[in-house]
Amino acid sequence: MSDTTDLPVPALDVEAWTCPAPLRDRPRVVMGHGGGGVLSAELVQQIFAPAFGGEVLAQMGDAAVLSLGGARLAFSTDSYVVRPLFFPGGSIGDLAVNGTVNDLAMSGARAAYLSCGFILEEGVELDVVTRVSEALGAAARTACVEVATGDTKVVEAGHGDGIYINTAGIGLVPAGVDLRPQRVVPGDVVIVSGAIGVHGVAVMSVREGLEFGVEIKSDCAALGGLVDAMLAVTPDLHVLRDPTRGGLAAALNEIAQASGTGVVIQERDVPVPPAVANACAILGLDPMYIANEGKLVAFVPREHADAVLGAMRAHPLGADSVIIGEAVEGHPGMVVARTGLGGTRVVDLPIGEQLPRIC
Amino acid sequence: MKYIDEFQDPELARRLLDDIHATVTRPWALMEVCGGQTHSIIRHGIDQLLPDNIELIHGPGCPVCVTPLEVIDKALEIASRPEVIFCSFGDMLRVPGTGRDLFQVRGEGGDVRVVYSPLDALRIAQQHPDREVVFFGIGFETTAPPNAMTVHQARKLGIPNFSMLVSHVRVPPAIEAIMSSPSCRVQGFLAAGHVCSVMGMGEYPELAERFRVPIVVTGFEPLDILEGVRRTVRQLERGEHTVDNAYARAVRAEGNLAARAMLEDVFEVTDRAWRGIGVIPQSGWRLASKYRAYDAEHRFSVEGIRTQEPAECRSGEVLQGLLKPHECEAFGTLCTPRTPLGATMVSSEGACAAYYLYRRLDMPATKAQEATPVV
Repeated sequence: MSDTTDLPVPALDVEAWTCPAPLRDRPRVVMGHGGGGVLSAELVQQIFAPAFGGEVLAQMGDAAVLSLGGARLAFSTDSYVVRPLFFPGGSIGDLAVNGTVNDLAMSGARAAYLSCGFILEEGVELDVVTRVSEALGAAARTACVEVATGDTKVVEAGHGDGIYINTAGIGLVPAGVDLRPQRVVPGDVVIVSGAIGVHGVAVMSVREGLEFGVEIKSDCAALGGLVDAMLAVTPDLHVLRDPTRGGLAAALNEIAQASGTGVVIQERDVPVPPAVANACAILGLDPMYIANEGKLVAFVPREHADAVLGAMRAHPLGADSVIIGEAVEGHPGMVVARTGLGGTRVVDLPIGEQLPRIC
Repeated sequence: MKYIDEFQDPELARRLLDDIHATVTRPWALMEVCGGQTHSIIRHGIDQLLPDNIELIHGPGCPVCVTPLEVIDKALEIASRPEVIFCSFGDMLRVPGTGRDLFQVRGEGGDVRVVYSPLDALRIAQQHPDREVVFFGIGFETTAPPNAMTVHQARKLGIPNFSMLVSHVRVPPAIEAIMSSPSCRVQGFLAAGHVCSVMGMGEYPELAERFRVPIVVTGFEPLDILEGVRRTVRQLERGEHTVDNAYARAVRAEGNLAARAMLEDVFEVTDRAWRGIGVIPQSGWRLASKYRAYDAEHRFSVEGIRTQEPAECRSGEVLQGLLKPHECEAFGTLCTPRTPLGATMVSSEGACAAYYLYRRLDMPATKAQEATPVV
């Protein structure tokens, strides 16, 4: 046992605080850099933004909102590297459309056009490419978005997981709509559009060959219509987020930190389906950190909350919407859960990826 | 959810808490031995709801936390070899060895895979007869039986390219070591229910009698933990010190006899170093001599690796209940879940990580701010 009483406590410049052990401690990329948590954020802030970032990138939203020729455009891109390519409730083709469409929807825009870049691995069956393409096309038709341009590259066998897809999308942001975390104020109500953790558990079940007693299907869906229904109630929504990587916890933390408000959620009100809760209990994971692909979280002015909630519940993709908490003045930048027993805990940003526990 | 929601019922929890509040007349220090219990206590805010004069001390019961640094370094060395597929449970991948972890080994090209069962690793060995497959066999009496079964199967099926890096630890010698320490403040134990479901309760009466402490076998759901606390406090208030089973739905007095027989066959008891604490006599298992061919330390000649623990890390004091995580100078500054000095900050069951994740609200404002990750 060491005696450390003489060790000086390091002085920290909290004003310009960065992690005491930045990326240089990890000379190579690790999986956590793509996990949507702290490591992902550092990669962007410490390497990408200084290298090529500008004012627009600094918005750090799911989509960039641009002024171009008098119009307000939302512009977003996302890459899809899911394994396996097909999972209960969807495929990489569905994700490639819905993921980017939803990123645009979170800025209030209806996706108009997508680009689609395929990176194919040598040896993948053309039948698989066909099925993925057909799923992508069907998802685009459902979302009322047109694939306007594309690209194909092939990499040598062993250098990819069969198919990777990148899509970028553009759409128009309606007048009067301004969805940004900076607009959140204490008193805003936090609404989630339905059960969380479903997509992540669905993919995990097939990827890892785990059986959870019942088949769990991904919630993969395009949310443009649901967002339209919400904006029809009031254009004055404050922020929307699509809680994909890092799950609901990451989305709430990003909003809390960007808005400078605290967030309090009632843990018992967070909708976790029994199958997801069971799977997470078996693996030692927290549903709050599991990815979703057909859900949104909204911060809504209190006076509009009931009407917005009603509109969401009237839409098929928001039928199970529920209020889970509120923005508060206390503990700025921090998300706090009130537990079912009456205690509290901090819901933190994930570091990298969640790891199954030993016991 | 059948049999889970029932053990998280707020109304029943309130009744148990009322009973505990009514029972306690003076300060008591209890230790929950298992990291899973620590996690549950912090996650559900149970410690905030107990009377102020009940102190819960978080014991050395997280298998990830107590795996010695030099065993991690041996794992890193083995996993770096090109002929090896190194298989591990997920949460060992982030445990820092000297200067890196298994994630980084994977980033450098090592074939490191997360598995959910040691039998998965055995299957991988069968699928890749041209590669050496190594499973990282760590943990308490809970994970030891399936690991023993896997080695037993490997020998039975004659799978030559499978081996296991073993660093198993046993709970009762750790309780004995904690109670024997002159600075020990623990007055009652919540024993780990899952360990007892394997080993039974036979090792505890002697400890309870010798150290005059109540030992209550306790489960992991909020109501289980509250019931364990309630029974322990009742004994303390009455001046009793017996072994009690508050987890009867999972624990029989004799434990799981088949699992114990398997442990007896495959492993032998040995002295074992615990990270942050040091060597505890007779506190571990290693592969028995007849299974030596499946011992990865021997197969890859890494027995000689010796490592010093970092001096700044006081996890040993945390693991023995001598220091609260946030009382450590490095907590939240030098030491965070992403830059852990010691394993108590790595595993989600580690006391330091649990405090960091769930308790920053209760800390002095400066500490909490320092401990907040910036996005």
